[in-house]
Amino acid sequence: MTDTTTRGLIPLPLPAARALLLAGGIATAASAFLAWTWTSEFPGDLTISGYPGGLQWLTFIAGLLTTVFALAAYDIRGLRGLIPARNNAPLVLTALGGFGVTWYTVVSIAAELGGLANLEPGGWVAAIASLLPVIGAFALPEPRTASAKGNLKAYLAKPDGIPAPAPLSPWVERAIITVATIVGLAVFTYGIDTEYGELFVGYLIVVVFAVWAMHTAGLNDRFSRIVARNRSFTLAMGFAAAIAFPFTQTNDHYANIGVNILIFGTVALGLNIVVGLAGLLDLGYVAFLGVGAYTAALVSGSEFSRFSGVHFPFWAAALTGAAASLVFGVLIGAPTLRLRGDYLAIVTLGFGEIFRIAVNNLDGDSGPDLTNGPNGIPAIPDLKFFGFNLGDAHDIAGFTLGRFANYYLLMVLIMAIVVLVYTRAADSRIGRSWIAIREDETAATAMGINGFRVKLIAFALGATLAGLAGTVSAHVTYSVVPTPYQFAGSTPPNSAFLLAAVVLGGMGTVAGPILGAALLYLLPEKLVFLQDKSLLAFGIALILLMRFRPEGIIANRRRQLEFHETGQLDVPETTTLTGEPAAVTKAGA
Amino acid sequence: MSTMTTPVLEARNVTMRFGGLTAVRSVDFTVNAGEIVGLIGPNGAGKTTFFNCLTGLYVPTEGTVTYQGTVLPPKPHLVTKAGIARTFQNIRLFANMTVLENVLVGRHTRTKEGLWSALLRGPGFKKAEKASEERAMELLEFIGLEAKRDHLARNLPYGEQRKLEIARALASEPGLLLLDEPTAGMNPQETRATEELVFAIRDMGVAVLLIEHDMRFVFNLSDRVAVLVQGEKLVEGTSEVVQADERVIAAYLGEPFDGDPGATEAAGADAADAQSTTSTKGEGQ
Repeated sequence: MTDTTTRGLIPLPLPAARALLLAGGIATAASAFLAWTWTSEFPGDLTISGYPGGLQWLTFIAGLLTTVFALAAYDIRGLRGLIPARNNAPLVLTALGGFGVTWYTVVSIAAELGGLANLEPGGWVAAIASLLPVIGAFALPEPRTASAKGNLKAYLAKPDGIPAPAPLSPWVERAIITVATIVGLAVFTYGIDTEYGELFVGYLIVVVFAVWAMHTAGLNDRFSRIVARNRSFTLAMGFAAAIAFPFTQTNDHYANIGVNILIFGTVALGLNIVVGLAGLLDLGYVAFLGVGAYTAALVSGSEFSRFSGVHFPFWAAALTGAAASLVFGVLIGAPTLRLRGDYLAIVTLGFGEIFRIAVNNLDGDSGPDLTNGPNGIPAIPDLKFFGFNLGDAHDIAGFTLGRFANYYLLMVLIMAIVVLVYTRAADSRIGRSWIAIREDETAATAMGINGFRVKLIAFALGATLAGLAGTVSAHVTYSVVPTPYQFAGSTPPNSAFLLAAVVLGGMGTVAGPILGAALLYLLPEKLVFLQDKSLLAFGIALILLMRFRPEGIIANRRRQLEFHETGQLDVPETTTLTGEPAAVTKAGA
Repeated sequence: MSTMTTPVLEARNVTMRFGGLTAVRSVDFTVNAGEIVGLIGPNGAGKTTFFNCLTGLYVPTEGTVTYQGTVLPPKPHLVTKAGIARTFQNIRLFANMTVLENVLVGRHTRTKEGLWSALLRGPGFKKAEKASEERAMELLEFIGLEAKRDHLARNLPYGEQRKLEIARALASEPGLLLLDEPTAGMNPQETRATEELVFAIRDMGVAVLLIEHDMRFVFNLSDRVAVLVQGEKLVEGTSEVVQADERVIAAYLGEPFDGDPGATEAAGADAADAQSTTSTKGEGQ
C-alpha cells in the first residue's frame, strides 16, 4: 500500500474498503454452502445447503483467495509475503475473479432454467456477497504509477522494480516448487476432469484471475526466480507430476484427453525449434506428424496396411517414423529454406497441403496404392512391450491404468526425450546459431554461420520430433486418415493450431508450447457449445493476446525484454553520452 | 611493427557492375600484415560495394580478391572462416542475445560441435563450450564489457554496442578485420577510445581495413589511406600524401568533376542555409 493520497473510484474511506474486501471474501466463500437453485437440472447440483457442489466450489475457492489477499493487505504476519509488490491489483483481480465466477453461475442458472425465479435465496446471497469485494477493491486508493495512467489500468498494473528477495535455503525453495507442482497438478487435473461446459468456463475464470492476481502481486516473478535456481529439480518435479496424472484419473476418457494433449504438446515443442529458435515460419508442420503416423501405421502389422506382413516392434517403428519424417523434412526444407520470411511461410503451407492431398490420392486409383486414400489405415494393433499390452487395462499398486493411461505414460517418455533434445540443442553452439539467424541473418552469415545448413538442421530436427510423436499417435487413435493433417480445422492438431499453441504459450520456451497445446486442446473439447464458432473465438482470443501479451503466456526472457521496454531488471542505470543520430558524422569532412 | 609487406589481402582489378551501373571500376588494393589501412571517399563512391566484394556478399564482376594467397570463396560465411571478419555500418548485433552469447556466436567458425555432440553432451562438448566461453570472456575483458556479459545486447549504450560488434568479429580469430564506419554516431571521447581499440587490435597482429568519414580519425590511425571516388581508386598513400592531394580535396569539396556525386552533395550542404525551401538542383548557385 504505497502512495495513498488519491481516492478510489468509489468514494469510501480506506478502512471501510478493506473491511468490505475481507468481509466480502468471507461471505463469498460462505455463500457457496447455500443452495443456489431448487432443481438439479442445472449441472453440478447446486441445490444442497451445507456443502458446495460444482461451480460453488469455484466460488468458494475464489472467495478464499480474496480473503487471503485481503488479510495480506492488512499486513498480517506470515501473509505479508503474498504481495511482494505491495499493490492493490491482486485484491482487485481476485475480487473480480470471485465476482465473475459467481455471477456467471447465477446468470447461467437463470438463463438455462428460464428465469430469475429459479434462484433460491442462496443464489441472491452469493451474487450480493461476491459484489462486495469488488466495491471494496475499487474503493481502495487508486495507485498512481508512471507506467499506468488510466484509471482502470492503474488498478490492474504490476508495479516496476519490485525488490528482489534474498535467496531462500535450497530446501525451502524445493519445498515451494514441490507444493507448486502439486497445486498445479490438482488445478490441471480439475480442468481436464470438468464434466460440463459451464464448469470449465467457471474454472477458466477463476484460474485466469488467480494467475493474473499472482502475476501483479509479483509472485510469479518470485517463483520463476526460484525455478531458475532449481532448474533440474523443477524439471524432475514436472515429469513426476506428469507421470502421477493418470493415477489420479478413474475414467480412461480423461487419460485420452491427456495423451492427446501430450501428442499435441510434443509436436508443438518440435515446431518451437523451427519457429521459436530458428525463426522459420512453418505453416505446414502437421505434415511431419502425418508422415510419422503413416509410417508407423504401414509397419504396424495392420492388415489394411500396404505392407500388412511387416510388423515392426515399437522402437523400430518409432525410429522408422522419425527417419521418414527426417527425410521429408530435408526434402521439403532443401528447396524452401532458401526463401525468407513470408515466402517460406507460403511455400511450407503449400507443402503441408500437398502431403494431405497426396495421401488422399495414393489409393491405387489416382496414384500408387500406398495409403488407402481417404479410408486411411484402420485397425492398427496395440503396442506390446515385453508382453505388456498397452491396449489392456492394468492394475498397478491399486490403481487401474486403462488403455489411454498406458499410452499416456509412453507419451510422457517421448515428451521427456523431446524436452531433452530441445533444451540441449537450444543451449549449444547450434542453438545459438539458430537464434543468431533469427535475429539477423546477414550478420549471422558474416559471423561464419552457414545459414542454409543451420536452418536445414532446425527444420529436419523439428520434423523428426514431430514424426516421433506421430508414431505414437497412430497407435493411440487405432487408425490414420488424411483429414487431421490439414492447415486449419476446428480440432487440433493442425498446422494453424500448432502454431497458435507455440505463439500463445510462449515462443522459445519449453513450458509455453505445452501449456498452449493443453489450452488449445481443452477449449474445443470442453466448450462444445462453441461448436463451429470455436475458430472465430480462437481468432479473437489470439488477437487479444497479441495486443496485451505478445510474448505469450509464458514469456521467454528475451521475448519479454523485446516487447516490453520498461521493467527490465537487468538494465543498467548508466546512461553515457550517446544517441546522436548516425548521420552526423556521415555528412562531415 | 611488421610493415615488411606480406600482403594479407590483395584485390586485383576488381570491378563490380549492377546492370549498367559500374559501382567499382578496376580497383587494385592490398592490405599488408600488421597494417591499418583506411578507405575513404564521398558518399556513393562505392566503398561499401567494394567492402561487400571483399566479404563475399558480392562476387566481383571482374577481378579477384585473394586472402593470404588463396582466392576468396563467394560466400560470406566461408570468407569469415578463411579469416576475414567484419562489422557493419549500422550496428547489426543480435539484439536479443546476451553480450556473451553475441561473442560466442562469433566463435562459430572456430568451433565445430554439431547437433549430435550438443545432444549427447560428451566431455568433448563441455570442454569446447568452456574453452569458447573463456575465449569470449577474454575478448569482453579486452573491450571492457566483462561486467555486462549477461545483459542483452539491445540494452547496451550505443558506443558499447559498437565495441561489442568488434569483439564479436574478433572472436572468429581473423587475420584481417574490416570496420565499416566504426565511429559513426560517436562523440569525440568515444571516437578516441575506438582509436585506442583499433591500435590494440593491430598490436594483436590483426590487420585492419576501415571505412570512415571522420577524417581526423582515419588520418590518425592509418598507415595508408586509399581514396575511392566514383568507383575508382583516386590516390593511395600515407596520410600526408593523401591530405595534400588536390584531387582528394576537390572530390570532397566539389569543384571540378562533372556530375560528381560528392560535388553536388558538398555544394548542396553549403547552399542549404541560403535557399532552404525549394530547388533540388545542384546547379542553383
